[in-house]
Amino acid sequence: MQPVLTDLIPALPEIFLAVAALLLLMLGVFSGKNGTRLVSGLALVALVVTAVLLFRQEGYDVAFSGLFITDSFAVFSKLLILLGTGLSLIIAQNFIAREDMDRFEYPVLMVLATVGMMMMVSANDLLSLYVGLELQSLSLYVIAAFRRDSAKSTEAGLKYFVLGALSSGMLLYGISMIYGFAGTTNFITIAQVLQAGPASLGVIVGLVFVAAGLAFKISAVPFHMWTPDVYEGAPTPVSAFFAVAPKVAAICLFIRVLEGPFGSLLPQWRQVIEFCAVASMLVGSLAAIRQTNIKRLMAYSSIANIGYALVGVAAGTADGVQAVLIYMAIYLVMTVGTFAIIIGMRQKGKAVEEIADLAGLSKTSPMLALALAVFMFSMAGVPPAAGFFGKLLVFMAAWKAGLYPLSIIMALTSGISLYYYLKVCKVSWFDDVKEPLDRPAAGLSWVVTATALVVFPVALVIGTPVLNGAAAAAASLFH
Amino acid sequence: MAVIAAIFLPLLAAFIAGFFGRRIGDRGSQLVTCGAMVAALVLSVMLFIDVAINGHARVVPLANWVASGDFHVDWALRVDTLTAVMLIVVNGVSTMVHIYSVGYMSHDPDKPRFMSYLSLFTFMMLMLVTSDNLLQMFFGWEGVGVASYLLINFWFEKKSANDASMKAFLVNRVGDFGFALGIFSIFIIFGSVEFGTIFPAAAGKAHATFNFLGWHVSALDCACLLLFVGAMGKSAQLGLHTWLPDAMEGPTPVSALIHAATMVTAGVFMLARMSPVFEYAPTALAVVTVLGALTAFVAATIGMTQFDIKRVIAYSTMSQLGYMFFAIGVSAYQAAVFHLMTHAFFKALLFLGAGSVIHAMSGEQDMRKMGGIWRLIPFTYAVMWIGNLALAGVGIPGVFGFAGFYSKDIILEAAYGSGTAVGHFAYWLGIAAAFMTAFYSWRLLIMTFHGKPRASKEVMDHVHESPVVMTGPLTVLAIGALIAGIGGYEWFVGHEARAEFWRGAIQVLHAHDSIHAAHEGREWVGVLPLFVGLAGIALAYVCYMFVPGIPATFTKVVKPLHVLVFNKYFFDQIYDVLFVKPARLLGFGLWKAGDGAIIDGLGPDGVAKTTRGVAAGVSRLQSGYVYHYAFAMVIGVVALVGWFYFKP
Repeated sequence: MQPVLTDLIPALPEIFLAVAALLLLMLGVFSGKNGTRLVSGLALVALVVTAVLLFRQEGYDVAFSGLFITDSFAVFSKLLILLGTGLSLIIAQNFIAREDMDRFEYPVLMVLATVGMMMMVSANDLLSLYVGLELQSLSLYVIAAFRRDSAKSTEAGLKYFVLGALSSGMLLYGISMIYGFAGTTNFITIAQVLQAGPASLGVIVGLVFVAAGLAFKISAVPFHMWTPDVYEGAPTPVSAFFAVAPKVAAICLFIRVLEGPFGSLLPQWRQVIEFCAVASMLVGSLAAIRQTNIKRLMAYSSIANIGYALVGVAAGTADGVQAVLIYMAIYLVMTVGTFAIIIGMRQKGKAVEEIADLAGLSKTSPMLALALAVFMFSMAGVPPAAGFFGKLLVFMAAWKAGLYPLSIIMALTSGISLYYYLKVCKVSWFDDVKEPLDRPAAGLSWVVTATALVVFPVALVIGTPVLNGAAAAAASLFH
Repeated sequence: MAVIAAIFLPLLAAFIAGFFGRRIGDRGSQLVTCGAMVAALVLSVMLFIDVAINGHARVVPLANWVASGDFHVDWALRVDTLTAVMLIVVNGVSTMVHIYSVGYMSHDPDKPRFMSYLSLFTFMMLMLVTSDNLLQMFFGWEGVGVASYLLINFWFEKKSANDASMKAFLVNRVGDFGFALGIFSIFIIFGSVEFGTIFPAAAGKAHATFNFLGWHVSALDCACLLLFVGAMGKSAQLGLHTWLPDAMEGPTPVSALIHAATMVTAGVFMLARMSPVFEYAPTALAVVTVLGALTAFVAATIGMTQFDIKRVIAYSTMSQLGYMFFAIGVSAYQAAVFHLMTHAFFKALLFLGAGSVIHAMSGEQDMRKMGGIWRLIPFTYAVMWIGNLALAGVGIPGVFGFAGFYSKDIILEAAYGSGTAVGHFAYWLGIAAAFMTAFYSWRLLIMTFHGKPRASKEVMDHVHESPVVMTGPLTVLAIGALIAGIGGYEWFVGHEARAEFWRGAIQVLHAHDSIHAAHEGREWVGVLPLFVGLAGIALAYVCYMFVPGIPATFTKVVKPLHVLVFNKYFFDQIYDVLFVKPARLLGFGLWKAGDGAIIDGLGPDGVAKTTRGVAAGVSRLQSGYVYHYAFAMVIGVVALVGWFYFKP
């Protein structure tokens, strides 16, 4: 038995962030109504400090009697999550102030959700997994309904909550099945049990239920239906947050569960993942074609993107995991950038979110239109934008793993998606201005510029260290 | 160095005039292109002296082009006597046409483009005649085709010019296809397309055969016939000739340069160049003879009935090309090249003279609307006389003759002297064609210049002699038409001197040496062409000057025959029914049914339609009701679990 304090060191970043969240809550309560800005700023600082603490971690370690694990994979995923949360927080500042939702709970809830996500990707036990997931989900339910005076926002929150509860039920049911048939909830022990002999049908059914619960979080088809409604109904910065950090966390958790304890059941879970991947790619690409609301478009786009990421997961190899991590990193950057533009869409001070409202953007603010074009081309996977390389890596990993039909469907749906991404470009570049958009706030412009530059061309320059990091993270799962 | 400069100067000029024409202006483009051509001409004369007179034939390698397995082709310039002659002809006529165009195109807004095309054409023609292998020759061959297309279509706003250029291009495709197949055959036979490898090996391959569906054919005959198909297209031989009269839609200098003096003779040049191979292909030679003779005859008959001054000369060109081909057919390659050279001068002269007439008549080309202008444009009248005398082959044996007198006579004598049946066939058709040539030449002369003016008063008031930039080149060409025959006779086809002159650039088997036979032949064979020519001239005077009623009466008497000939033997109509209409039908069918209905319908359009339909369906699933969503999730889990359950 190790001394308690030493035992906690692997979880130091999470502990720090959790304590920080509570402190920020106290601060918010006592600083009154004008404290939101301060709390947001400090929350950002806390996220940065957590990232620094993460950088200090190295190697493989467990804490809380094996409930919590830290390795390169966890560190890489957590850094992505922190980046997503941080950027989402920055682009939310102006919006929450103008839309009368600048309550200090907003940043605090985001920080708490982040703690949950970090717990998720470090889970080494089905129960710690569940606790992390629920911490994240409960925070997100509240944030989705953050504009209590808006029917759409509350509807979104409620839908998310009800369906989330259903998915949690499925997850718990799956966990209990696995416990019943494997006799343990610890990942390492489960792996040992499954390697020892052929898996019983009960474990497999449990695994399917767990997978369904997780698939809900990443909004993979057929567990995706909440996504367009919630993205559209929730305040735009919330949608942006939903689109990045929880997606990254859930897909990383997915990978950890599937590759870790259930690694030996690859043929069994691969067919589930393949089904979800194909369905997500098809539904995401096809349904997006008819959307007129840009947030709904982004919702379907994220469904399609998750489909592509699942292709990498289905590969079941270190290459595949590495490709997914890179893919999610690129996805995160370009999604945040796109949402920063969407958050900035205002006509005469009023927020708008129709694709048609972008008409003539190239004339009123050419740089913004250029950035939008960069994001859209990157999302569509057109070289030399970063998005292309993400897709390429996933495609190659799947191809090498022999998943030929999956790879081909991926290429085809990627072609379909070109249509609606380029339609956004077409509207913003070639259609006539009806009502010019307002100039976006400075913070948004900075994020848009920075993310656009990362997507092209910085990604081409800094690609190697990120690739190496992702490779190391993937390798740590397969040691 | 001189070789490279002589060939690439026109390309450089074409580049400058073509891409910087606007910057350097009309005058600048004309100066650049004409200057480059004059320089190239001077260099070619120097080369001619060096190569043909002093005997310094050479091959100048430029660069490696293709090296693929056994297949090696270099860019190289082969300059021997044959090439040197062609350089003089091409650069000589081209220079004159360049200068003439400055005057002729003075009212055209696109002068730099025109000059650039002319120079580009010249370069391509030079590539063709200097090539050291068949592939490079093919490059020049296609290049002159493109330039010809561009120049026929120079006035691209005219639909007739569009049609004519497309026709020229498409008909030439047929020939080019034959040429390409010929090159393939040569490669199969010799394993190379380089002249230096092919020529020495030809004798050894004389009995090689191709097995075609179990039928053994002589490989060389086959290859040579295919090459001849290529030559037929470019040189407008009977069957593939329909494009040439239509090509007269281009500006007149173009007709003079491309469709009279140089490009159309490319086929003759190619066959002369391939003489070491053709010598071992007796069947091919016989075919060439027969087709050449028929072309000479048929074109001459059509020439007698046409009224467009340029078309008459165009058919005359076709007829003269027929002479050159049957000369090659009877192994009188030197005579063919000799006639090519003299013909270049007097036919360019005739075309440019006709251009001068058209220029004077404010663009009128119909001879029925001319007449009575010889006093008004005496210089043009004089050069047209010289050109026609050269074309008709008039001269006093042993004293002096115009250019055609020497070259046409030696061809006819060689045809007779060859002693073969096809040779005699060609001789008699050639004599008939010579008679008709003289007739239509003077018909043209009399209708254009004599009689009462038939043009409107405004046109007649405007008739004027051309400026010096146009008469200058005419003078030079007229001198050529006067002396090219008497000056070149000994070199080209002389009894002893020709061996010294050609130095193996053209190879003739001893048994085939029809020129030798021509010199030994009987007296009347050589004199007959002159007499029929004079008779033709006399008949033209009778019919068109002294008793003008005869042509109308005569055409009435032989009406069906006249209709046939006047309509050019209905070649165009037959081709229209045989090839154009079915091709259009096929194309239309493939477009509407094949591309539109099947490929577009099932392909892009069909996929897009399906995608839209599916997208609509997927969107409809998104009802907004939580219980629908929850239901979908449950169904999903059940389906995924069931999959395992039912999986064996």
